[in-house]
Amino acid sequence: MAEQEQRRPVRDENDREEPVDVAAAQSASRGSDRLKGELDDLLDEIDEVLESNAEEFVKSYIQKGGE
Amino acid sequence: MPVPKTLGIETEYGIVHRGVDDPNPISASSLLINAYLSRRSQPGVGPGSPRVGWDFIDETPHNDVRGFSHIGSMAPEVETHLVNAVLTNGARYYVDHAHPELSTPECADAMAVLRHDRAAELIMIESMSAANEVLPDGEELVVYKNNSDGKGNSYGCHENYLMDRATPFADIVQHATTHFVTRQVFTGAGKVGSEAPWIPGDAVAFQLTQRADFFEEEVGLETTLKRPIINTRDEPHADPLLYRRLHVIVGDANLCEVATLLKLGTTAIVLAMVEEGLMDPALQISDPVRAIQAVSLDTSLRQPLLLADGRTATAVDIQWQLLEQAQKFTLQRGTELTGGSVADLVLLRWEEALTSLEADPSELVGVVDWVTKKHLLDGLAERHGLSPDDARLAALDLQYHDLRPERSLFARVGAETLVDTPDAVIAMEQPPDDTRAYFRGRCLQKWPEDIVAANWDSMVFDLGRQVLRRVPMMEPTRGTREHVGTLLDECETVSELLDRLST
Repeated sequence: MAEQEQRRPVRDENDREEPVDVAAAQSASRGSDRLKGELDDLLDEIDEVLESNAEEFVKSYIQKGGE
Repeated sequence: MPVPKTLGIETEYGIVHRGVDDPNPISASSLLINAYLSRRSQPGVGPGSPRVGWDFIDETPHNDVRGFSHIGSMAPEVETHLVNAVLTNGARYYVDHAHPELSTPECADAMAVLRHDRAAELIMIESMSAANEVLPDGEELVVYKNNSDGKGNSYGCHENYLMDRATPFADIVQHATTHFVTRQVFTGAGKVGSEAPWIPGDAVAFQLTQRADFFEEEVGLETTLKRPIINTRDEPHADPLLYRRLHVIVGDANLCEVATLLKLGTTAIVLAMVEEGLMDPALQISDPVRAIQAVSLDTSLRQPLLLADGRTATAVDIQWQLLEQAQKFTLQRGTELTGGSVADLVLLRWEEALTSLEADPSELVGVVDWVTKKHLLDGLAERHGLSPDDARLAALDLQYHDLRPERSLFARVGAETLVDTPDAVIAMEQPPDDTRAYFRGRCLQKWPEDIVAANWDSMVFDLGRQVLRRVPMMEPTRGTREHVGTLLDECETVSELLDRLST
C-alpha cells in the first residue's frame, strides 16, 4: 500500500515543466456515453423541477451570516 | 500521544419562509424546531424528544488556546433564550443566529458521524413537514444544506475532533492547515461565482467550495468575520488537562455521503499523525490564505502551490503525500484510535478519490459534491446554450442543496450511499453506542421527566429534593453501552441510577 505508482512527488521549483492544459482536462471530464444518457434523463427532470422563475428565486434567496 | 479521535459535526442550515412578505429567519427556525419536537413528543409517534433544554453553565466559546482574547474580536454571545433542545440520539438541535443548527452526538468513527449527519437531514425533512402542517395555506418553510446565499453571507458546517492537550498547538496549525487547504479537492460542495470582495462577481464561473471565499486569516478566534483557517476556540467539553477539541470551521456541508466520510475520516487520521509527531515538517504551504482560494478556484486541479521551502506541488500532489503518510502510519500503529475498520475504508476511498481526480474527475459524480454539481451545471448549460451568468445556473446551484425530497436536485443524481436509510432513521432517536452520547441519549429516553438540562459534558437530574444533581461526563469515551448499558437497563429510577453511579 505504501508504494503508490500513481503518486506524483512534490516537485522542485526547477523541474516544473508539465504544461497546464486546462482544455484537455475539461474535455477528459465529459464522461462516457452511458453517463451522457443518464445525464439527459437527469436534465429532463431538472428542467421539470427547477424553480420556474430562476432570476427571482436567486434574488430572493437571502440568508443572514451565521456561526 | 494520540488520543481516540472522538468526533462530530455541526451544521447550520439555510432557511427560507416562502409565502410571506417580511420573513424572519429566527422565528422561522424556532417554528421549524418546535414543530419537530411537538410531533415527536406525541404519544404513539416514538419515544420522542423530551423538551429538555441545553445547559450553558460550562460553555466558554471565548476562550482562546493562545491564552488571550482581543477586545472587539470576540466570538458572539450564545443566545440562551432561543430554542435549544437535546434529542434522544444525543444530538443538540437549536437556533443559532438566524439558522436552524444540528450538532450530531459525539461519535467514535467517521461512519457513525455520517449516519448521524444523514439522520440530521431526515430530522430537517420531518421538521419541514411538521412546520408546514401548522403554517397557513400558501406558506412554507424550506431548508437548504449549503453554506452561502451567493450574496456574501455564509453559515458554517463545523467539525470537532478530540485531541491530546500536550500536542503543541503550532504543530496542529502547520499540518492541519496543509490538509484543510488541499482536502478541498474532495470536500468542496461547489459554487457558481465568487463572493470574495476582491474578485469581480463575473470573473468566476464555478469554484470547488462554498466557503473558501470567506477565509481571510490563518489563525484566530472568529467565526463570523475575518474567518481563520485554524480556529482557536478553546472549549474542550472534556477534561481540559487532558484534551483539546479542534473546532474546524473551513469545511463545506456535503450531500455526497462519500465526501462527508472522507472529510471527517481523513482529518481524524491526519490529526492523529500530528499527535504522534509523524508529519513531514517540509510539507508546509507558503501562503495558506491565498492558497485556499487558489485551490478552490482551480477546477483543472493543475495549479501548483508554492511551499515554504520553495518547491511547488498541486493540491492533489499534496493529498497523495498525506495519504502515503497515513497508510504508513496505519500499518505501524493500527486503527484503534482512528475509527477501527472505518479508517481502513477511509484510506481506500481516499486513494480512489485521488486516482479519479487525476485521471478523470467525472468518475466522482455522486461521490464528490463539486464534481456532481458541475456535471449538472455543464449539462444544463450545454442543453440550453446558457451563458455562465444565466440565473438558471445559480438556481441549480441553490436547489442542489434543497432538502425537500421532491425538489432536491442532489436527490435525483442517485449518488452512492454508505448508510442504509433504515439505519439513518434509527439514528434519529438512538445515540451511538461507543461514546458518552450513549449515556446522554439513554437517560433522555428513559427518564425525560427527571432531567432538568443536559450539555456535552454533564447532565442535571431533579430527584424532587432540595438540590439538583449534576453528573459530570468529562471523559468522552466513557458512558458507552459497554460501560453503562447493563446499569441503565437495570435501574428503574434516576435515584437508583445515581446511587449506583456513586458507589
